[in-house]
Amino acid sequence: MAVTRQDRPSGWYLAPAVAFFGAFAVLPMVLVVYLSFTSWNGFGFPALSGAENWTRLIEDGRAWDSLWLTLLFMVLTWVVQTPIAMLIGVWAAGHQRNRAVLSSFFFLPLLLSTAAIALLWAAVLDPNFGATQALPFLDGVNFLGNTELVVYTVVWVISWQYIPFHTLLYQAAARQVPQSLYEAATLDGAGRYRQFFTITLPLLKYTVITSTVLMLVGSVTTFDTILILTGGGPGTATRILPLHMYITGFSGFEFGYASAIAVLLLLLGAGLSLAVTSATGFRKMQSQQEGM
Amino acid sequence: MSDRAPLGGDDSTRGAVGVRTAEAPTSPIAPVPEVPERQRRRVWNRRRAHGRPNVLAGVLATVWLALVAVPLYFLVAASFRTRSEYLSDNPLAPPPNPTLENYETVLTGDFPTYLLNTVLVTVATVAIVVGLTLPAGYAVARNAGRAVQRGFSLMLVGLAIPAQAAIIPVYLMITQLHLYDTLLAVILPTAAFAMPVALLVMTNSLRDIPRELYEAQTLDGAGPFQALRHLVLPLAKPAITTVAVFTSLTAWNGFLFPLVLTQSVSTRVLTLGLWDYQGQFGTNVPALLAAVTLSVVPIFILYLVGRRYLLSGLTAGAGK
Repeated sequence: MAVTRQDRPSGWYLAPAVAFFGAFAVLPMVLVVYLSFTSWNGFGFPALSGAENWTRLIEDGRAWDSLWLTLLFMVLTWVVQTPIAMLIGVWAAGHQRNRAVLSSFFFLPLLLSTAAIALLWAAVLDPNFGATQALPFLDGVNFLGNTELVVYTVVWVISWQYIPFHTLLYQAAARQVPQSLYEAATLDGAGRYRQFFTITLPLLKYTVITSTVLMLVGSVTTFDTILILTGGGPGTATRILPLHMYITGFSGFEFGYASAIAVLLLLLGAGLSLAVTSATGFRKMQSQQEGM
Repeated sequence: MSDRAPLGGDDSTRGAVGVRTAEAPTSPIAPVPEVPERQRRRVWNRRRAHGRPNVLAGVLATVWLALVAVPLYFLVAASFRTRSEYLSDNPLAPPPNPTLENYETVLTGDFPTYLLNTVLVTVATVAIVVGLTLPAGYAVARNAGRAVQRGFSLMLVGLAIPAQAAIIPVYLMITQLHLYDTLLAVILPTAAFAMPVALLVMTNSLRDIPRELYEAQTLDGAGPFQALRHLVLPLAKPAITTVAVFTSLTAWNGFLFPLVLTQSVSTRVLTLGLWDYQGQFGTNVPALLAAVTLSVVPIFILYLVGRRYLLSGLTAGAGK
């Protein structure tokens, strides 16, 4: 018996979700482009000002510094997180009992909100009373006040927050690798490192892609951690693009210009994730996620 | 099988080390006992060789454990110190006279208001997201029409949109709607930005419901709404849980929208409240850390009672 069309849900089942999403997510995306061509101090209504904000953005050295800093954060957080998350994830995928107990500790940072993590690390790294003052080599180091060190400090705090999440992805993926492959490789005399590079790593390919996309897009949008931890400082040493936009808009009340920065941010974030996913195949990635 | 019973018993003790290896030779084709036994032992020995301690990963895991444990220990230990102890003691020594004074300071202040606001925002956001994405996922899974699939694609584009880029227009919209400094102002955009992932999880799960089950419903004379209520709702429970946990965490940890869209103490959520404590308590770091510790308790309880659900909700974001 054929199922007639009336027995299936009509488009009205989807409409409320699309309308809601359209109103509070898609409409703002359209509006932000419009606002980037206006002058608005946050009160009253925006007035059109032509391409003024855009010519200003091109000449704004600080915006370009922020963009470079954002890209630097992107690279550094990827370089720090990926090897650690992958190795711990593969290790934690083993079925030994002690690993299960240990891995429940590994994931604890996941339970803290970004605000809690930033405040915790601000206290831990305090140059006078922080935990690092009790440790050899680290006492007296001003992690958040030193212009050169602060970038790495922020990268570390962000990594501390997100490594457990990426570890989870790698752990789930490593558990999917058929044990028989390792058995066959062992019979062929392949050692542990050879097995890792010839079996584990190729089979984790899609997880590497997923995790990379999330890290890249995540670091474009890192905002709360830096706002709480450093406020973008000292000076402008950690003022990445989203923070530059926030400060320009909500502290400087130049919402039109801040919107132009937001459009840049939108292009960067959306461009990155669309580029990586279309180059690698989003559907394929989805199927790899199953069973997680 | 009966003639191999003693060997089988032997296997189960080994199974503790290499669970899966024992299964391979115990194939349905019952072989001559002696040969598979020897093979089995060999495979098992090789497996043991593979299971040799992985020094590099083991060391890394231990270092990571310390890097996770020490800050968290510092957090909890400091929250039980008095202010003067915090300034004079070794920060990594256990508190000599544990005190609850900091927790009292926090709990008698605005913390309960912040907590209540966060709970309200979280519950409302989850209700909106689940309430809208369950029927939406049902439509996407069961209606191949062009309009529905275009709507679905539109929402998937949302996966690539950074919420930061939206805050200025959202601020404009919320002030124009006269919702500024209300909890609803936080709830609406938070729910909207959680929706794409939620819809993706729902749709993937509802696509797995066998077509025959829908057809049986139709034969019973049920319309799409009855099918949604009596078939989809019960079968989608795991997906609903995942979506609810993912959305809860998003709303619970949300910072940006509350920061931009609220300002009073009466509408302040927990994450903003914690940040505010940093200024308010000034040098009273133990009280700040007590507040941070308290803010983790609800999620920690969720972790203890439903670790699996929590982790599924957390990784739902990987669909992004």
